[in-house]
Amino acid sequence: MTTVTMTVNGREVSGEAEPRMLLAHFLREGQRLTGTHLGCDTSQCGACVVHVDGRAVKSCTMLAVEAEGAEVRTIEGMANQDGSLSVIQQAFQDHHGLQCGFCTAGMVMSAAALLADNPKPDEREIREYLEGNICRCTGYHNIVKAIMAASGQDVSAMAAE
Amino acid sequence: MYAFEFQKPTSIQAAVEALKDDEAQALGGGQTLLPTMRQRLASPGTLVSLSGIAEMRGVCRADDGALCIGGGTSHAVVAQEAAGIYPGLAGLAARIGDPAVRNRGTIGGSLANNDPSACYPCAVLASGARIITDRREIAADDFFEGMFTTALEQGEIITEVRFPVPEASNYQKFIQPASRFALVGVMVAKYAGGVRVAVTGASEEGVFRWTEAEKALSDNFAASALKDLTVSADGMIADMHGSAAYRAHLIKVLAGRAVEAAA
Repeated sequence: MTTVTMTVNGREVSGEAEPRMLLAHFLREGQRLTGTHLGCDTSQCGACVVHVDGRAVKSCTMLAVEAEGAEVRTIEGMANQDGSLSVIQQAFQDHHGLQCGFCTAGMVMSAAALLADNPKPDEREIREYLEGNICRCTGYHNIVKAIMAASGQDVSAMAAE
Repeated sequence: MYAFEFQKPTSIQAAVEALKDDEAQALGGGQTLLPTMRQRLASPGTLVSLSGIAEMRGVCRADDGALCIGGGTSHAVVAQEAAGIYPGLAGLAARIGDPAVRNRGTIGGSLANNDPSACYPCAVLASGARIITDRREIAADDFFEGMFTTALEQGEIITEVRFPVPEASNYQKFIQPASRFALVGVMVAKYAGGVRVAVTGASEEGVFRWTEAEKALSDNFAASALKDLTVSADGMIADMHGSAAYRAHLIKVLAGRAVEAAA
């Protein structure tokens, strides 16, 4: 066992980790941050996406020991300071960008990473960026719409499906 | 995943030392190795992470004009930083896997693994790139030795890859949407000395050069130069996603598209 220290959502945390412990398990079981989900466990589905040093990564395909000293952000760190929903989260609610909600944490983290790089993505760019995030409920349409809306673009012409 | 020891050296020399252990395995971005270990298809005694070696990261231009990419550089960084110098290569890097995979996966890891459907081997072979390791330099034509097999010795680390920059190039990836690997991918690169064409995803021997197309395109760099050529289905991969004949057909179609799109 080694002690791993990283900053999670602005707070320094330490925990014991075997080298084989995945970042997803460190966050979920060690830190009780269960908003990060494990869906496929084979790095396909993207439910486990978190930000490591500002970049989206699949936390089921990264060792916790590799995040030593890193700045990690999870879905629990996405709300505003006063606890209200962030613009992206609110847009998912307003545009019905989720049904069962299992993929949502990963979707929101991917959306945040996209908008940090590309503040006004078009529909094609959003769909391409979400290639690694799988949703089994929505058919993606309202997720794309929510991200368009969160980036301040007019979505009134996009059909509500 | 079975238990293992973990080391994270900060220099190439220290990594080479750590990899002298027979049970040790280098870890790049882990986007293939970690899923493989989780399925218990690999069980190294020690993982030696290369992610702490700063000198193995980054993109630069050599005095001879070649584009140099550190072995530990992520696909996302190549997609961004090579775009102005070698757009064909940057475009290829920008379509590997998905954004989260591109933020972790590295060029050195991809080449060392030599997956028969991976994108980077195709770029390296089409560019006649040179693979620089901790101990020597290997020409692209000598590096790939068949599916998941390379000229690398046990414990040898890809520290850098040097790409001669072509006059025009393009990579066409016919994507297998479930895996996001190439069902077939073709890279065309036009140099002053001739055209090189490399194909991934198709052959049971892994990435290869389509030399007939190279000759035809060196004489006339137009998709029409390929019209009388055919690729044999012998030795092509056949699986649930596509037959050998289908893959052979795709090679010609994609090569033509790559020539038309080459910039």
